[in-house]
Amino acid sequence: MIARVIVAPKPVVNDPQGATVHRALTSLGFSEVSGVRVGKYLEIQLGAPSVEEASSRVEAMCRELLANQVIEDFRFEIDPGPGPQP
Amino acid sequence: MRFGVVVFPGTWSDRDCGWAVEHALGAEVRYLWHRDRDLGGVDCVILPGGFSYGDYLRPGAIARFSPVMEAVREFAERGGLVWGICNGFQVLCEAGLLPGALIPNACLEFRCQWLHLRCERGDLPFTRGLGGRVLRMPIAHQEGNYQADPETLARLEERGQVVFRYCDEHGRTGGESNPNGSAHDVAGIVNLRGNVLGMMPHPERCAEADLGGTDGLLLFRSVAEAALSLAGGGPG
Repeated sequence: MIARVIVAPKPVVNDPQGATVHRALTSLGFSEVSGVRVGKYLEIQLGAPSVEEASSRVEAMCRELLANQVIEDFRFEIDPGPGPQP
Repeated sequence: MRFGVVVFPGTWSDRDCGWAVEHALGAEVRYLWHRDRDLGGVDCVILPGGFSYGDYLRPGAIARFSPVMEAVREFAERGGLVWGICNGFQVLCEAGLLPGALIPNACLEFRCQWLHLRCERGDLPFTRGLGGRVLRMPIAHQEGNYQADPETLARLEERGQVVFRYCDEHGRTGGESNPNGSAHDVAGIVNLRGNVLGMMPHPERCAEADLGGTDGLLLFRSVAEAALSLAGGGPG
Protein backbone atom coordinates (compact mmCIF):
# COMPACT_ATOMS: atom_id res chain seq x y z
CA MET A 1 0.00 0.00 0.00
CA ILE A 2 1.01 3.62 -0.38
CA ALA A 3 0.01 6.41 1.98
CA ARG A 4 0.05 9.89 0.47
CA VAL A 5 0.42 12.39 3.29
CA ILE A 6 0.05 16.15 3.06
CA VAL A 7 1.36 18.31 5.90
CA ALA A 8 0.43 21.99 5.72
CA PRO A 9 0.76 25.00 8.00
CA LYS A 10 -2.34 25.61 10.11
CA PRO A 11 -4.52 28.41 8.74
CA VAL A 12 -3.86 30.53 11.84
CA VAL A 13 -0.08 30.21 11.55
CA ASN A 14 1.86 32.72 9.45
CA ASP A 15 3.32 31.04 6.39
CA PRO A 16 6.17 33.23 5.11
CA GLN A 17 6.93 30.83 2.22
CA GLY A 18 3.31 30.81 1.09
CA ALA A 19 3.13 34.60 1.28
CA THR A 20 6.29 34.93 -0.84
CA VAL A 21 5.05 32.46 -3.47
CA HIS A 22 1.76 34.36 -3.53
CA ARG A 23 3.59 37.64 -4.20
CA ALA A 24 5.64 35.99 -6.96
CA LEU A 25 2.52 34.62 -8.64
CA THR A 26 0.87 38.03 -8.45
CA SER A 27 3.91 39.69 -10.01
CA LEU A 28 3.77 37.14 -12.86
CA GLY A 29 0.23 38.24 -13.60
CA PHE A 30 -1.73 35.51 -11.82
CA SER A 31 -3.92 38.10 -10.20
CA GLU A 32 -6.70 35.59 -9.51
CA VAL A 33 -4.63 33.94 -6.74
CA SER A 34 -6.01 34.89 -3.33
CA GLY A 35 -3.79 32.78 -1.10
CA VAL A 36 -0.94 30.22 -1.08
CA ARG A 37 0.13 27.81 1.67
CA VAL A 38 3.36 25.84 1.30
CA GLY A 39 3.50 22.43 2.95
CA LYS A 40 5.06 18.99 2.49
CA TYR A 41 4.06 15.90 0.57
CA LEU A 42 5.18 12.45 1.70
CA GLU A 43 4.70 9.07 0.05
CA ILE A 44 4.96 6.16 2.44
CA GLN A 45 5.11 2.55 1.29
CA LEU A 46 3.81 0.22 3.94
CA GLY A 47 2.41 -3.22 4.49
CA ALA A 48 -0.88 -3.65 6.34
CA PRO A 49 -3.63 -6.28 6.43
CA SER A 50 -6.31 -3.72 5.55
CA VAL A 51 -6.80 -0.09 4.53
CA GLU A 52 -8.32 0.57 7.97
CA GLU A 53 -5.26 -0.81 9.72
CA ALA A 54 -2.96 1.22 7.43
CA SER A 55 -5.02 4.36 8.18
CA SER A 56 -4.69 4.01 11.90
CA ARG A 57 -0.92 3.41 11.62
CA VAL A 58 -0.39 6.41 9.30
CA GLU A 59 -2.50 8.57 11.61
CA ALA A 60 -0.14 7.61 14.46
CA MET A 61 2.92 8.39 12.29
CA CYS A 62 1.54 11.85 11.55
CA ARG A 63 0.83 12.56 15.21
CA GLU A 64 4.16 11.27 16.50
CA LEU A 65 6.54 12.60 13.87
CA LEU A 66 5.41 13.77 10.46
CA ALA A 67 3.43 16.83 11.57
CA ASN A 68 4.07 19.24 14.44
CA GLN A 69 0.50 19.88 15.48
CA VAL A 70 1.42 23.16 17.16
CA ILE A 71 1.85 24.66 13.69
CA GLU A 72 0.75 22.05 11.12
CA ASP A 73 -2.31 20.08 10.03
CA PHE A 74 -2.12 16.80 8.16
CA ARG A 75 -4.30 14.71 5.92
CA PHE A 76 -3.67 11.54 3.95
CA GLU A 77 -5.11 8.94 1.65
CA ILE A 78 -4.30 5.25 1.47
CA ASP A 79 -3.81 3.72 -1.95
CA PRO A 80 -4.25 -0.05 -1.57
CA GLY A 81 -2.35 -0.54 -4.85
CA PRO A 82 -3.04 -3.29 -7.36
CA GLY A 83 -5.11 -6.11 -5.87
CA PRO A 84 -4.12 -9.79 -6.09
CA GLN A 85 -3.77 -10.90 -9.69
CA PRO A 86 -6.12 -13.68 -10.81
CA MET B 1 30.57 22.80 38.30
CA ARG B 2 30.25 20.62 35.25
CA PHE B 3 28.38 21.44 32.04
CA GLY B 4 27.25 18.75 29.64
CA VAL B 5 27.18 19.68 25.95
CA VAL B 6 25.05 17.42 23.78
CA VAL B 7 26.42 16.55 20.34
CA PHE B 8 23.99 15.33 17.69
CA PRO B 9 25.13 14.49 14.16
CA GLY B 10 25.04 17.93 12.53
CA THR B 11 25.52 19.99 15.69
CA TRP B 12 27.92 22.83 14.95
CA SER B 13 28.16 24.95 18.12
CA ASP B 14 29.21 22.25 20.60
CA ARG B 15 32.90 23.27 20.62
CA ASP B 16 31.98 26.95 20.90
CA CYS B 17 29.88 26.12 23.98
CA GLY B 18 32.64 23.91 25.37
CA TRP B 19 35.21 26.68 24.83
CA ALA B 20 33.00 29.22 26.60
CA VAL B 21 32.56 26.85 29.55
CA GLU B 22 36.22 25.83 29.84
CA HIS B 23 38.12 28.94 28.83
CA ALA B 24 35.79 31.90 29.39
CA LEU B 25 34.03 30.61 32.51
CA GLY B 26 36.65 28.17 33.81
CA ALA B 27 34.33 25.27 34.51
CA GLU B 28 34.40 21.63 33.45
CA VAL B 29 32.78 20.44 30.24
CA ARG B 30 31.70 16.98 29.25
CA TYR B 31 30.53 16.25 25.71
CA LEU B 32 27.49 13.98 25.53
CA TRP B 33 27.02 11.96 22.32
CA HIS B 34 23.46 11.61 21.06
CA ARG B 35 23.52 7.88 21.85
CA ASP B 36 24.55 8.40 25.49
CA ARG B 37 21.97 7.52 28.11
CA ASP B 38 24.09 8.67 31.04
CA LEU B 39 24.61 12.41 31.54
CA GLY B 40 27.72 11.81 33.62
CA GLY B 41 26.73 13.81 36.68
CA VAL B 42 26.57 17.20 34.98
CA ASP B 43 24.94 20.20 36.69
CA CYS B 44 23.58 21.75 33.49
CA VAL B 45 22.93 20.28 30.04
CA ILE B 46 23.43 22.52 27.01
CA LEU B 47 21.71 21.62 23.75
CA PRO B 48 23.81 23.67 21.32
CA GLY B 49 23.14 25.20 17.94
CA GLY B 50 23.54 23.54 14.58
CA PHE B 51 21.59 21.34 12.22
CA SER B 52 20.91 18.17 14.19
CA TYR B 53 20.17 15.29 11.81
CA GLY B 54 20.38 17.80 8.94
CA ASP B 55 17.22 19.55 10.18
CA TYR B 56 15.35 16.93 8.11
CA LEU B 57 11.55 17.11 8.29
CA ARG B 58 11.68 20.04 10.76
CA PRO B 59 14.53 21.42 12.90
CA GLY B 60 14.71 19.26 16.03
CA ALA B 61 12.08 16.78 14.85
CA ILE B 62 14.46 13.81 14.67
CA ALA B 63 16.80 14.84 17.50
CA ARG B 64 14.04 14.59 20.05
CA PHE B 65 13.93 10.79 19.57
CA SER B 66 17.63 10.26 20.29
CA PRO B 67 18.61 8.28 23.42
CA VAL B 68 20.29 11.26 25.07
CA MET B 69 16.99 13.16 24.97
CA GLU B 70 15.33 10.56 27.20
CA ALA B 71 18.03 11.21 29.76
CA VAL B 72 17.65 14.98 29.30
CA ARG B 73 13.90 14.71 29.84
CA GLU B 74 14.37 12.76 33.08
CA PHE B 75 17.06 15.23 34.19
CA ALA B 76 14.67 18.14 33.55
CA GLU B 77 11.87 16.39 35.45
CA ARG B 78 14.19 16.10 38.45
CA GLY B 79 14.80 19.86 38.26
CA GLY B 80 18.13 19.72 36.39
CA LEU B 81 19.12 22.80 34.39
CA VAL B 82 18.60 22.38 30.64
CA TRP B 83 19.69 25.16 28.29
CA GLY B 84 18.74 25.00 24.61
CA ILE B 85 20.49 27.47 22.31
CA CYS B 86 19.29 28.01 18.71
CA ASN B 87 18.82 24.46 17.34
CA GLY B 88 18.66 23.36 20.99
CA PHE B 89 15.63 25.63 21.50
CA GLN B 90 14.02 24.02 18.45
CA VAL B 91 14.75 20.55 19.89
CA LEU B 92 13.19 21.49 23.26
CA CYS B 93 9.99 22.69 21.53
CA GLU B 94 9.78 19.57 19.36
CA ALA B 95 10.31 17.42 22.47
CA GLY B 96 7.47 19.21 24.25
CA LEU B 97 9.78 20.40 27.04
CA LEU B 98 8.87 23.94 26.01
CA PRO B 99 5.58 25.08 24.41
CA GLY B 100 5.21 26.49 20.90
CA ALA B 101 7.30 26.04 17.77
CA LEU B 102 9.92 27.84 15.66
CA ILE B 103 8.94 28.38 12.03
CA PRO B 104 10.91 29.93 9.12
CA ASN B 105 11.91 33.57 9.62
CA ALA B 106 9.30 35.96 8.27
CA CYS B 107 11.96 37.41 5.92
CA LEU B 108 12.72 33.85 4.65
CA GLU B 109 16.43 34.61 5.02
CA PHE B 110 19.07 33.06 7.21
CA ARG B 111 19.79 35.91 9.63
CA CYS B 112 23.33 36.17 10.97
CA GLN B 113 23.80 39.41 12.90
CA TRP B 114 24.35 41.08 16.25
CA LEU B 115 21.25 42.41 17.98
CA HIS B 116 19.85 43.35 21.37
CA LEU B 117 17.73 41.42 23.85
CA ARG B 118 15.86 42.61 26.88
CA CYS B 119 16.13 40.21 29.77
CA GLU B 120 12.73 40.08 31.48
CA ARG B 121 13.66 37.90 34.46
CA GLY B 122 16.46 38.29 36.96
CA ASP B 123 15.43 35.43 39.23
CA LEU B 124 16.21 32.43 37.03
CA PRO B 125 19.30 30.23 37.38
CA PHE B 126 20.22 31.41 33.86
CA THR B 127 19.70 35.14 34.44
CA ARG B 128 20.54 35.94 38.06
CA GLY B 129 20.53 39.68 38.56
CA LEU B 130 19.97 40.43 34.87
CA GLY B 131 16.30 41.52 35.07
CA GLY B 132 15.74 44.58 32.87
CA ARG B 133 19.24 44.40 31.36
CA VAL B 134 19.69 44.92 27.63
CA LEU B 135 22.16 42.35 26.30
CA ARG B 136 23.98 42.36 22.96
CA MET B 137 24.30 38.96 21.28
CA PRO B 138 24.58 37.39 17.85
CA ILE B 139 21.94 35.28 16.14
CA ALA B 140 22.43 32.83 13.25
CA HIS B 141 19.30 31.02 12.17
CA GLN B 142 16.74 30.39 9.45
CA GLU B 143 13.92 29.11 11.66
CA GLY B 144 13.73 31.34 14.71
CA ASN B 145 10.23 32.72 14.29
CA TYR B 146 8.57 31.71 17.57
CA GLN B 147 4.88 30.92 17.28
CA ALA B 148 2.24 29.47 19.58
CA ASP B 149 -1.52 29.63 19.75
CA PRO B 150 -2.97 32.78 21.40
CA GLU B 151 -3.90 30.93 24.61
CA THR B 152 -0.34 29.61 25.01
CA LEU B 153 1.15 33.07 24.35
CA ALA B 154 -1.19 34.65 26.90
CA ARG B 155 -0.28 32.00 29.46
CA LEU B 156 3.45 32.51 28.84
CA GLU B 157 3.04 36.26 29.43
CA GLU B 158 0.89 35.83 32.55
CA ARG B 159 3.40 33.49 34.10
CA GLY B 160 6.45 35.51 33.11
CA GLN B 161 7.89 32.75 30.94
CA VAL B 162 9.15 35.09 28.22
CA VAL B 163 12.75 35.56 29.34
CA PHE B 164 14.31 37.39 26.38
CA ARG B 165 12.71 39.76 23.88
CA TYR B 166 14.32 41.27 20.77
CA CYS B 167 14.67 45.04 21.24
CA ASP B 168 16.77 48.02 20.21
CA GLU B 169 19.85 49.16 22.15
CA HIS B 170 17.60 51.12 24.53
CA GLY B 171 15.43 48.10 25.30
CA ARG B 172 12.48 49.20 23.15
CA THR B 173 10.69 46.38 21.36
CA GLY B 174 8.91 46.47 18.01
CA GLY B 175 9.70 47.38 14.43
CA GLU B 176 13.07 46.52 12.98
CA SER B 177 14.41 45.13 16.26
CA ASN B 178 12.59 41.83 15.69
CA PRO B 179 14.73 39.92 13.15
CA ASN B 180 12.47 36.98 12.39
CA GLY B 181 8.81 37.78 13.03
CA SER B 182 8.60 36.04 16.42
CA ALA B 183 5.29 36.50 18.22
CA HIS B 184 5.59 38.98 21.13
CA ASP B 185 9.25 39.56 20.07
CA VAL B 186 10.16 36.30 21.80
CA ALA B 187 13.87 35.47 21.71
CA GLY B 188 13.78 32.99 24.60
CA ILE B 189 11.33 31.31 26.96
CA VAL B 190 11.54 29.19 30.09
CA ASN B 191 9.32 26.41 31.40
CA LEU B 192 7.03 27.09 34.36
CA ARG B 193 9.43 25.51 36.85
CA GLY B 194 12.23 27.75 35.61
CA ASN B 195 14.83 25.05 34.91
CA VAL B 196 14.47 24.61 31.12
CA LEU B 197 15.46 27.62 28.99
CA GLY B 198 15.33 27.91 25.21
CA MET B 199 16.78 30.88 23.32
CA MET B 200 17.68 31.63 19.69
CA PRO B 201 20.65 34.01 20.28
CA HIS B 202 24.12 32.57 20.93
CA PRO B 203 25.61 33.49 24.34
CA GLU B 204 28.59 31.19 23.68
CA ARG B 205 29.61 33.41 20.76
CA CYS B 206 29.86 36.51 22.94
CA ALA B 207 31.61 35.18 26.01
CA GLU B 208 35.02 36.74 25.31
CA ALA B 209 36.09 40.25 24.30
CA ASP B 210 37.93 38.80 21.28
CA LEU B 211 34.56 37.72 19.87
CA GLY B 212 33.16 41.24 20.01
CA GLY B 213 31.19 41.04 23.23
CA THR B 214 31.02 39.43 26.65
CA ASP B 215 27.32 39.60 27.53
CA GLY B 216 26.97 35.86 26.93
CA LEU B 217 29.42 35.18 29.73
CA LEU B 218 26.90 36.73 32.16
CA LEU B 219 24.56 33.80 31.52
CA PHE B 220 27.29 31.17 31.91
CA ARG B 221 28.35 32.82 35.21
CA SER B 222 24.75 32.89 36.38
CA VAL B 223 24.32 29.15 35.75
CA ALA B 224 27.58 28.39 37.54
CA GLU B 225 26.55 30.46 40.58
CA ALA B 226 23.08 28.91 40.61
CA ALA B 227 24.52 25.39 40.47
CA LEU B 228 26.87 26.20 43.37
CA SER B 229 24.06 27.57 45.51
CA LEU B 230 21.89 24.56 44.65
CA ALA B 231 24.72 22.25 45.69
CA GLY B 232 25.30 24.23 48.87
CA GLY B 233 21.62 24.48 49.74
CA GLY B 234 20.98 20.77 50.19
CA PRO B 235 19.08 18.53 47.82
CA GLY B 236 18.00 20.52 44.78
